[in-house]
Amino acid sequence: MFMDVKKINKLFDEELVVINMGLDAFGDNLKKEQVRVLLMNWKPPAGGNKKLISLLEKLDE
Amino acid sequence: MKAQIKASNEEAASRILRAKPTLVDILTAGDAIPGMRKDMILHAGPPVSWERMCGPMRGAIMGGLLLEGLAKGSEEAEALAASGDIAFEPCHHHSAVGPMAGVVTWSMPVWVLENKTFGNRAYCTLNEGLGKVLRYGAFSEEVIARLKWMAEELAPFLREALLNHGEIDMKTMIAQALQMGDEGHNRNRAGTSLFIREIAPDLVRLGRDRDKIAKVFAFMHGNDHFFLNLTMPSCKCTVDAAAGISGSSVVITMARNGTDFGIRVSGLGDRWFTGPAGMVDGLFFPGFSADDAAPDIGDSVITETAGIGGFAMAAAPAIVKFVGGAPKDAINFTQRMYEITVTENDVYQIPVLDFRGTPTAIDLIKVVETGILPAINTGIAHKEPGIGMVGAGLVQPPESCFHSALEVFVEKYGK
Amino acid sequence: MKKVIIQKNAYYDSVFLMLTAKAVKQIPDVKDTIILMGTEVNLEILENVGMSMPETKNATPNDLIIAVEGETDAALEEAFQTARDLLHKRQRQVDETDEYRPASFEAAVRMAPDANLITISVPGTYAAREARRALDHGLHVMLFSDNVSLEDEVELKKRASEKGLLMMGPDCGTAIINGKPLCFANVVRQGTIGIVAASGSGLQEVCSCIDSLGVGISQAIGTGGRDLQARVGGRMMLMGIEALQNDPKTKVIVVISKPPAEEVARKVIAKLKETEKPCVVQFIGQMPQEGSELLWYAGDLEEAAGMAVALSKGEGYPGRTLFLSEAALDEIVERETRGMARNQRYLRGLYAGGTLADEAIVVFERGGFEVHSNVQTKPERMLRDPHVSRKHTIVDLGEDVFTVGRPHPMIDFSIREERLAKEMEDPEVAVILADFILGYGSHEDPCGAVLGTLGQAKQKAEDRGGYLAIVASIVGTEGDFQDLEDQRKKLESVGCVVMRSNYQAAMLARKITEALESRGAD
Repeated sequence: MFMDVKKINKLFDEELVVINMGLDAFGDNLKKEQVRVLLMNWKPPAGGNKKLISLLEKLDE
Repeated sequence: MKAQIKASNEEAASRILRAKPTLVDILTAGDAIPGMRKDMILHAGPPVSWERMCGPMRGAIMGGLLLEGLAKGSEEAEALAASGDIAFEPCHHHSAVGPMAGVVTWSMPVWVLENKTFGNRAYCTLNEGLGKVLRYGAFSEEVIARLKWMAEELAPFLREALLNHGEIDMKTMIAQALQMGDEGHNRNRAGTSLFIREIAPDLVRLGRDRDKIAKVFAFMHGNDHFFLNLTMPSCKCTVDAAAGISGSSVVITMARNGTDFGIRVSGLGDRWFTGPAGMVDGLFFPGFSADDAAPDIGDSVITETAGIGGFAMAAAPAIVKFVGGAPKDAINFTQRMYEITVTENDVYQIPVLDFRGTPTAIDLIKVVETGILPAINTGIAHKEPGIGMVGAGLVQPPESCFHSALEVFVEKYGK
Repeated sequence: MKKVIIQKNAYYDSVFLMLTAKAVKQIPDVKDTIILMGTEVNLEILENVGMSMPETKNATPNDLIIAVEGETDAALEEAFQTARDLLHKRQRQVDETDEYRPASFEAAVRMAPDANLITISVPGTYAAREARRALDHGLHVMLFSDNVSLEDEVELKKRASEKGLLMMGPDCGTAIINGKPLCFANVVRQGTIGIVAASGSGLQEVCSCIDSLGVGISQAIGTGGRDLQARVGGRMMLMGIEALQNDPKTKVIVVISKPPAEEVARKVIAKLKETEKPCVVQFIGQMPQEGSELLWYAGDLEEAAGMAVALSKGEGYPGRTLFLSEAALDEIVERETRGMARNQRYLRGLYAGGTLADEAIVVFERGGFEVHSNVQTKPERMLRDPHVSRKHTIVDLGEDVFTVGRPHPMIDFSIREERLAKEMEDPEVAVILADFILGYGSHEDPCGAVLGTLGQAKQKAEDRGGYLAIVASIVGTEGDFQDLEDQRKKLESVGCVVMRSNYQAAMLARKITEALESRGAD
């Protein structure tokens, strides 16, 4: 299986710049380690409405 | 499909940003508005039948019939309105917009705005003032008399002055007003002042009777919302150019008639998606309360549709007080609107955000995905016809509009 | 009663005044308040609402009128004071460092266009879609969320490998990238050992042991627990190995997982053999095989760490060191068992780390013991009721059946305390075995949190005329914020025996259990 992992090795050489989607604690902990992190205020899409989510998914690709 | 939608939305946003709304003339509705007829009355918001109209809208229509001489007395006017002999159509179907009840009749003078980049035009009546006026449903003799004065003196003088002055670039004037504490929907004091300043020499040079000209000045000066009837058609001709782009989910109309709130989407043609008009969450003038309020009404939400009004709230400190008052609150509010728009405006800028452009071009898909509804700053009308403005505040469209629009959008464009 | 105050030559915006009036109206015993500027229109309004007073008749548009109607003098006073305070209040200081928190992914990437990694810990229902969107945007993904379907996992990892991005998860609890802790992770020295793990607590244990041997790690890549199942095919494990192979800072590669599907194991071993770097493999529970010069099989997590450390120093592996001589161990066993009652014989393992529980089960089974569990592979050893122990039992308290609607036992100790309360009532229990996991994401004082209950358990056994042995290991480093030394001292203060690794703790617990068996045979 051919695997191009260039981007992973690139990540190893870069400063981490993180987006935290979900539990705040994970983002806060990164801040304590001096990592640049953007905490999101994530909520379920369309307020969790399943019908709307399935509509949105049809536009995803 | 995602890439196509993105490209279509970028086209729509680009057209909105490239607009050049320009004040070119003042004509009567009959002369200027496409499709206008003597037996037709235009109104704000999506289509609505006489039976479903709210009090202020009915009052305004009756006043319109009296003004045009189609009826004598309120009973006759009411009967005529209910008879089916008068055609009621949304301003929006005729390239027009109207604040509050938004009633436009044949003989009324209208501002004529032209979007110079694309050539399309939009129309709006001149603002009558505050309190007991037609757009709040008043139709007394005083109201009719004022409307007649506006048609016989105010408008012709302004027209002559305008034609002598030459076309006025509204985009620039609005941009300046935004940097002077206006947001173009609920706060128009600066814009009104700028307009008066611009047209003043030409009014004076008309050489007419001093008292008559002074009355024109006093009229404009006494009405902090005079400029609203210029921001609205400026925004209308701006977004109209972005209508009908296949695959675009940009919202190109938002409007209310006091009963329903309606939206239209660029890629979905002329189809309205409606939901019940909401109640404004606001502050009331002394002596009034929420019990007195009419539901949300008017085409003035065209301002938010084009990226000003509530979307420029951070530019208007007085309005920011509605949402908490601190610059932080204004910034948060605007940031939330950035989440549901395609782009940032390149001309309408917000000083307190380091002159960042206002959120512009509302994306239906983002509204549904994030659950963030467009924030609208608006006035509150009294539910009884003819009393006037009783407060101001924030309102949101009903989310059902966006849900039904999304369903149709996905049917048409989804995999 | 009504009263009015006029402030001359003041100007306030009408909206602000309405807000102030609203606040004043909320004062008890205040019936009504009107605050406005003295314009003609406003004076009329005052008249209409019956608040016009002699003082207001001469007010000018530059005067501020505060009119209040109230039940008592005190209420009126308070109303005016409040109004004045609000009117003179200075603008709130805005904390400039409070950044806006975007609600949508698009807004997030607009605010952070140079982001290279996203940590996703949203409910499983929504996680796959978010991960997909993140990959499409070119971000490496740490997917902590579980309850993502296997199909979605397969699709996500396919997408990730096509794009050459990390897809750590779903159900990936631990990773350390560029020395930075993602989700649950310890602060580990930087070094040359690279790890790819399909186990969170396993990864933490190995890192912890490596750090305690004075050596460090380059990267610790998590793959999520199902990566080495047949359908997922070890995709992320293979990518991780490839990346570590290419990483100049990595000199040794360690692979940790539960026993993989056969053909996946073959692929992983083949891949490791392709790399030119020395590798250590730990498939928990699998009997260690004969390795080669560059590919070593470890018997347990601690050994994996020890082997990796040796390889990183270019040394031979000195073999198992328990850090304590046989004699010292025997002494501990004697000391712990001497006070036990005749009928005490059973082990109860209460674990927060799933892989650590697995390892403990393996240790006991290798010693010939039958161990019951909620995570047993042998159906006859599965607990009928996971909440009720049977003979020798080791439970993984992090399993879904325990954590429905409750925080994970690494974060909150009530689950463990409840189970401990049960076990302490059972006079046949001889030894409790437990793990305490430190690091980011974990409770701020894991050992302190259960100290009371541990002490109680010991007391109960004593009251019955016996003795309860409590053996523990602490997964953590000196860099962790919970203070490793202090945590150890806390446990020791109630008589717990703290061993240096989970393997050692399990071995000690086994020796105690063996001693009791042979005593019983006398």
